[in-house]
Amino acid sequence: MRPILMKGHERPLTFLKYNREGDLLLSCAKDHTPTVWFADDGQRLGTYRGHNGAVWCCDVSHDSTRLVTGSADQSVKLWDVQTGTQLYSFNFNSPARSVDFSVGDKLVVITTDPFMGNPSTIQVKRIAEDPADQTSDSVLTIKGPQGRINRAVWGPLNKTIISAGEDSIIRIWDSETGQLLKESDKESGHQKTISSLCMFTDKSHFLTGSADKSAKLWDTRSLTLLKTYQMDRPVNAVAISPLLDHVVIGGGQEAVNVTMTDRRAGKFEAKFYHKILQDEIGGVKGHFGPINALAFNPDGRSFSSGGEDGYVRLHHFDPDYFSIRM
Amino acid sequence: MAAAALSMPEIENKAMNLGIDLSTIDFDNIVLPPGDDFGINSDDEDILHEEEAPEFETGYGNVIVVDNLPVVSPEKFAKLEGVIRKIYGQTGVIKEGGLWMPVNPDTNMTLGYCFIEFNTAQEAKEAKEKTDGYKLDKSHIFVVDMFDDIDRYMNVPDEWTPAEIKPYEAGDHLQHWLTDEKARDQFVIRAGTVTEIFWNDARQVRPDPVYQRQYWTDSFVQWSPLGTYLATVHRQGAAVWGGKSTFNRIHRFPHNQVKHIDFSPGERFLVTYSSQEPSNPRDTHRVVLNIFDLGTGKLMRDFKGSVDDFTTGGSGGLSGISWPIFKWGGGKEDKYFARIGKNAIYVYETETFILVDKKSYKVDNVVDFSWSPTDSILALFVPELGGGNQPARVSLVQMPGKVELRQKNLFSVSDCKMYWHSNGEYLAVKVDRYTKTKKSTYTGFELFRIKERDIPIEVLELDNKNDKIIAFAWEPKGHRFAVIHGDGPRPDVSFYSMKTGGITARVSKLTTLKAKQANALYWSPAGRFIVLAGLKGFNGQLEFYNVDDLETMATGEHFMCTDIEWDPTGRYVATAVTSVHEMENGFHIWSFNGKLLYRIPKDHFFQFQWRPRPPSLLSPEKEEEISRNLRKYSKKYEAEDQDVSLALSEQDRKKRRALQEEWETWTARWKQYHEEERELRLQLRDGEASDDEGSQEQYEAKEVEAEEVLDVHEEIVD
Repeated sequence: MRPILMKGHERPLTFLKYNREGDLLLSCAKDHTPTVWFADDGQRLGTYRGHNGAVWCCDVSHDSTRLVTGSADQSVKLWDVQTGTQLYSFNFNSPARSVDFSVGDKLVVITTDPFMGNPSTIQVKRIAEDPADQTSDSVLTIKGPQGRINRAVWGPLNKTIISAGEDSIIRIWDSETGQLLKESDKESGHQKTISSLCMFTDKSHFLTGSADKSAKLWDTRSLTLLKTYQMDRPVNAVAISPLLDHVVIGGGQEAVNVTMTDRRAGKFEAKFYHKILQDEIGGVKGHFGPINALAFNPDGRSFSSGGEDGYVRLHHFDPDYFSIRM
Repeated sequence: MAAAALSMPEIENKAMNLGIDLSTIDFDNIVLPPGDDFGINSDDEDILHEEEAPEFETGYGNVIVVDNLPVVSPEKFAKLEGVIRKIYGQTGVIKEGGLWMPVNPDTNMTLGYCFIEFNTAQEAKEAKEKTDGYKLDKSHIFVVDMFDDIDRYMNVPDEWTPAEIKPYEAGDHLQHWLTDEKARDQFVIRAGTVTEIFWNDARQVRPDPVYQRQYWTDSFVQWSPLGTYLATVHRQGAAVWGGKSTFNRIHRFPHNQVKHIDFSPGERFLVTYSSQEPSNPRDTHRVVLNIFDLGTGKLMRDFKGSVDDFTTGGSGGLSGISWPIFKWGGGKEDKYFARIGKNAIYVYETETFILVDKKSYKVDNVVDFSWSPTDSILALFVPELGGGNQPARVSLVQMPGKVELRQKNLFSVSDCKMYWHSNGEYLAVKVDRYTKTKKSTYTGFELFRIKERDIPIEVLELDNKNDKIIAFAWEPKGHRFAVIHGDGPRPDVSFYSMKTGGITARVSKLTTLKAKQANALYWSPAGRFIVLAGLKGFNGQLEFYNVDDLETMATGEHFMCTDIEWDPTGRYVATAVTSVHEMENGFHIWSFNGKLLYRIPKDHFFQFQWRPRPPSLLSPEKEEEISRNLRKYSKKYEAEDQDVSLALSEQDRKKRRALQEEWETWTARWKQYHEEERELRLQLRDGEASDDEGSQEQYEAKEVEAEEVLDVHEEIVD
């Protein structure tokens, strides 16, 4: 499995996203330009210029026409995927950390960081069919969790919103009323900041990664803890294979320590675990900084990783990957 | 409520009989007459009595009473006071107004005693020690007491009452761990605030917990040399623990602020050490050493003094002490212990706890000594004196009697280091000598054969005698030794044997391994196998080497490894990364031939220690017989191994099946939800037929050529 090394960003990667068909890969980094690539050969197609800060997150609509990006420049921007033109900009008074399209792409859930005395929020915006009709009104604003909310995603049928962040608790909210429906158990749940959250394609279960050196698999409806994958490093990124019962978990020692120790100590591998048996399958080395972003191609035959080192590595699995027996 | 207490229904019955309505009584308001508990013990009564009564600070700990002073008239009062101030001003700082000499109001004469209050209790104690028995003149010999003691002595009853003899209680089986059916070994680890003891269950490839306890020790834990006890160290002193099923406290050894502990090799005694900062920064640290009997917990002897008294070579200061201060000699009977002083070695007998022959053993300028691990033989090193006029010397001295068995003079020596073989058969002295220019040093070895007649000495120099010696280690239970030598990042490792060349054995080299990433040697306690380890700068390279066959069995790596320890049987090796740095903390267990068995990561990992085993009780003949018929014995264990691995894989299969089944129930439920919600999802997507199972559809890459007219420009060509 020879990876395709994609050098397009000048700063650490923050997020990776495939479109539904799996032919496009969108990447966000701390430089200000989200980039779109051919997911097959890693060719760069184009960039989305307009942000004036690190871009933390993005999502692409079901039909691959609209892109939404959230940035530290306190804005969330809506783009035309094909032309790269900016369609609209939602402005906030604090950095936007995460964005996620609802099923049907009519709503988008956005989280904003606590900043200059403003608490962190989860906000829902309505996306107009015609960009000319777009308004910046929030359909719903949720406040409450302490600290940064690193990720908020839609539950099944857009009925719920699932959020996770610095306070290490996973919460399920009613997306109509903003009511808190469920909270993860403090004992069995994560002990430190939850850095990432990845929903399975059918939204039945999701995986969270945390600085407490573990990743956990949860049932979306009941918030039951299903599995725990114990690591020996802080987890920054997680992804679930849509094809096989595998999960991939990435991370590494904190960036502040990287220069002080050997490269081998950093543990910058992407680790594959068996989703059900929780056993380690293997690791993919290559990055020379912590892994910040991971994504599976929707066909499950390739995945990509983005690192603090500024590279995206695109891996197409070898045939023997599909015949791994545990 | 203890035995006398009634149960609740009984109480209710009783109340009914007496015609009392219990609900009208406010239990909180019932007060027992003071001093009477009506025979009802409180819940914590046992603990209350078990714990020693707390020591109260009476506030007079820094006051001493000096008796036997001259009785003087008021005219001479000031003069006497001056004399006393002068004497006691030397030992400590007398508090302002802290000297009081009472006067008989009738005669105006002094009463012949005075009270002196010092700044600290420690100074008071020192003053008492130093001036008790001080001769002011013939008829006035000071008797000095602590003020607090007077009270205590007053309360001693005049009549002797026979001590109460406690009925005999059978002790716990302290060596029960040796009777483990699977012959496993134990180890203790300390991580965070928790101290845990495990069996090393190599068959199941995991540790099997025995006992764990939080905040068990204030600083570290230590097994006794034969593994009988585990010692913990606290602010108030040390404690030893042991027992059959759990770890019970066997003894406590009070010693305030204890810093170091040391067991005698035969487990008869425990030495504890503390040093205290003086109130006056110009003074040296005060050192207290206690020697306890491990069996009874009794204090056998204490040593007090300033740090300087216990440092060698007069270097003084804080770093001057090298632990252990007392070195034990005389084999497993713990017959002697000795410490080095200025121009003398102090050898004590454990029979009486006094100096052998009641005096120290004078050796001018001695700087180092060590005991033979098996015999009462001392090896001494005296460095060169008088600018090379008097050669340096190493001598072997038999105790008792102080008979010099052998002596070797050495010239232009810069340093010497002694390495005893664990059987006491050989002594290797590593000698660093100056080259002729005196600018650099080179190294040689003097090898003593202790057990042979007249103790022959052989001189060994390495092939390249300018090589720096990085490590040296004798093979336990054998006749070989290993040396790491060389400069630069890849030193060489050489093996030598003491038993080559017919009747008159000679030392000779077996082999040299070139350019190894190693800086430490770890022989198996059974000999034959050795781990060449590259700690610290070498990032934890490990090489498992078989010295019989002179071949490498395996190489491995435990990244950042800081500590390596063989288990007492020589079957397993533990490598650990302790909390010297934050990363990678935890330990690995390897088999003797370098197969990694299991890894346990632990944050804030401080300590790993195998539980030692006492020496085998089998006679050498019996041992040899067993090793000859090993095949017969091993069959049984191989069969057991097989059973275990079968059971394990069976267990594993079952577990996996259970996990898989559990998962299937989940997925079934999810599928159902997914089906039910299909319609609704379709609505959300405005009836778009393509459902969200995008992965089923294959996309098609099409190349589309788009032409766009950017600009039209007309130019007239001439």
